Formats: sequence, structure tokens, C-alpha cells
Amino acid sequence: MENTGRMSNVKIVESPEGHTGSGFFATSLDKVIGLARANSIWPLPFATSCCGIEFMSTMASNYDLGRFGAERLSFSPRQADLLMVMGTIAKKMGPVVRQVYLQMAEPRWVLAMGACASSGGIFDTYSVLQGIDRIVPVDVYVPGCPPRPEQVIDGIIKIQELIKNEPLRRRNTEEYKELMASYGIM
Amino acid sequence: MQDITQTLEINYDYILSRINDRYTDAVMDHYEPFGMLTLTIKKESITDMIVFLKEDEILRFEFLTSLCGIHMPDNKGNELGVIYHLHSFIHNIRLRIKSFTTIENLEFPTVTPQFLCANWMERETFDFYGIIFKGHPDLRRILNMDEMDYFPMRKEYPLQDATRADKEDKYFGR
Repeated sequence: MENTGRMSNVKIVESPEGHTGSGFFATSLDKVIGLARANSIWPLPFATSCCGIEFMSTMASNYDLGRFGAERLSFSPRQADLLMVMGTIAKKMGPVVRQVYLQMAEPRWVLAMGACASSGGIFDTYSVLQGIDRIVPVDVYVPGCPPRPEQVIDGIIKIQELIKNEPLRRRNTEEYKELMASYGIM
Repeated sequence: MQDITQTLEINYDYILSRINDRYTDAVMDHYEPFGMLTLTIKKESITDMIVFLKEDEILRFEFLTSLCGIHMPDNKGNELGVIYHLHSFIHNIRLRIKSFTTIENLEFPTVTPQFLCANWMERETFDFYGIIFKGHPDLRRILNMDEMDYFPMRKEYPLQDATRADKEDKYFGR
């Protein structure tokens, strides 16, 4: 393809609803913040098994999660927005997942990838946690064993929708505090 | 000593006779499943037998390859057992030793003074079967979570997790 130098293939996100006129654009603050957050997610990959392998190909050039602004993986929970739990979580690993979640700053989201993280999967046994939603609240579940990269991307897009439409004060509401309290998180 | 071990062909009959020469009544039973000599011995003679097999200048079973537990609830009086696999490098021969005890008396002697590798294997056996190895330096759970309050490989406990919510009959039209 001829390089025109005009970057005609680069798509940028659409602007939110608002009022536009000569030299100004006005919209609400939470729409702008939601737009910024949704398109610059820093995921923390908590990969314990084969779903983690599938996530690697999701991050690699063929599927390229960087297209969704999630290029930068955060291996420190302090700077992460999205906890991606991918793989079987043994009961002994449970407190580690929980501690990683607690170390993340608000606002934080959780994606459970694959059957094991969502429900224990085929490991209906004494040593495996039967879904991470027993220890941390989960925003999006991605089914599959393991899910294909397309499904992971679908899950990320659903997370983006949640982030875009989240009211700024959601984390201060009574419902949210109750949800946290039900997990023993104050 | 080197000359003896290098020229002597060791076979199962020889091992058995050498053990029986030393301990006349320790071996209760012996058979060869899949071609591997297997001895059932009394619990009281485990330590002596393993020390003998390790230090005997001809047999030299110097490597404890495996140690695990077994639970057979129908075998009244011999419900719980421990199985040892010993390997002799110099003869390239492997030996299986079984020993059983009642469910009421869970104590077995430890073999950690003879084999340091028995430390974690005995912890694992304790973790899954609750067998108490007397004299073990650090007998606590190794694989399961510390809060677990039962021994999951015992037959009276279900393998499945009791908290699993998506296996109710109604989901399967039962």
C-alpha cells in the first residue's frame, strides 16, 4: 500500500455525546473520564495455567490487545486497573488473589477468564476454589476452556463498556460499599 | 567389598534370602506385581529393615525413590498403609515395601534419619492420609491449605468440593 503519510487507517475513538460549536466542545466530566479510562486500561495478568497461554497470544501481534489501549500490562497491582484472573485458582492460591485485589487502587475491575476462574471448571475437587467470585467481586466472566483470543477481546470490550458508563460516584454508593462488605473488604 | 558387588548377580531370590537370613519373621508376604518385588512387612520392623537394606554392603538400597500412603477401608485391621520404593543404584534393582496399620493407630516410624528426602514425602503422606510419622522433624501440611481440617485422600471424604453450586440436579433435568 502506498504510504500517503496521512495515517488514513488509524481510527480514534468517537467523541461522547455533547454540544459542539465553533471552537468548543462541551460534555459531562464523567463521560470524558470514562472515555479516557476505558481506552487506557492497564491490566494485571494473574495467569496460572492454560488460559494464561491463550492470553499471551491475545497480547501478541495477531490479536494485539494494544488496539484497545491495553498495551501496557501492569505487573504491579498498585498501578493496575483491571485484574485478569486466568486459570485454575487452588484454594491455597485464593488468599494471594485476594491480596493482589486489595493492593489495587480504586477504581478497579476484575475479569475472570475461562471455566476454572469462573466456576472451578472441571476441577470439582477439594483443593480448587470453585470460582474466584467467592473471594473477590467479578465484573466480567469469559467462558471457555480455554477461551479463544476473540472471546478475551470480547470480554475486554465489555469491561470497556462498563468503564465508559460507570458514574463517577459509583464507588461511593451504598450498594458498592455493601458489595465490598459482603466480601469482607472495607 | 567393591569386588563382591561388581561380580555378584543380584536377583529377587537372593534379596529375599538375604533379608530372611537377617530377619526371620519380619517379611509377612512377598509377590511380584508387574515384575517388581514387593514385600509386606510388619510396622515394627520398618526402621530396622530400611537401615539394613541401605547399609548392607551387598544390597545397598541407597535411594528412597518414593514414599506414599494408601487407605483401604474394607481391609479391616489393616486400613492404612505406607509404601516405600527403594532403589539400588549399583544393581539397578528396585524394591517395593508395604506396611499396614489400623485406623486407630496412625503412627509410623519416620525414615528421615536414613533418607533426608523422606521429609517432604512423609509430610505429603501426613497431609493426605493423616499418618503420623513419629520422630519427623517438621510434620505439618505441605500441599493443602493449612486451614484444611480433614485428610482428603481418605475414602470417607468425597472427592468433590461440597460448595460447588452449578452441579445441582435441576440444571441437568434430573
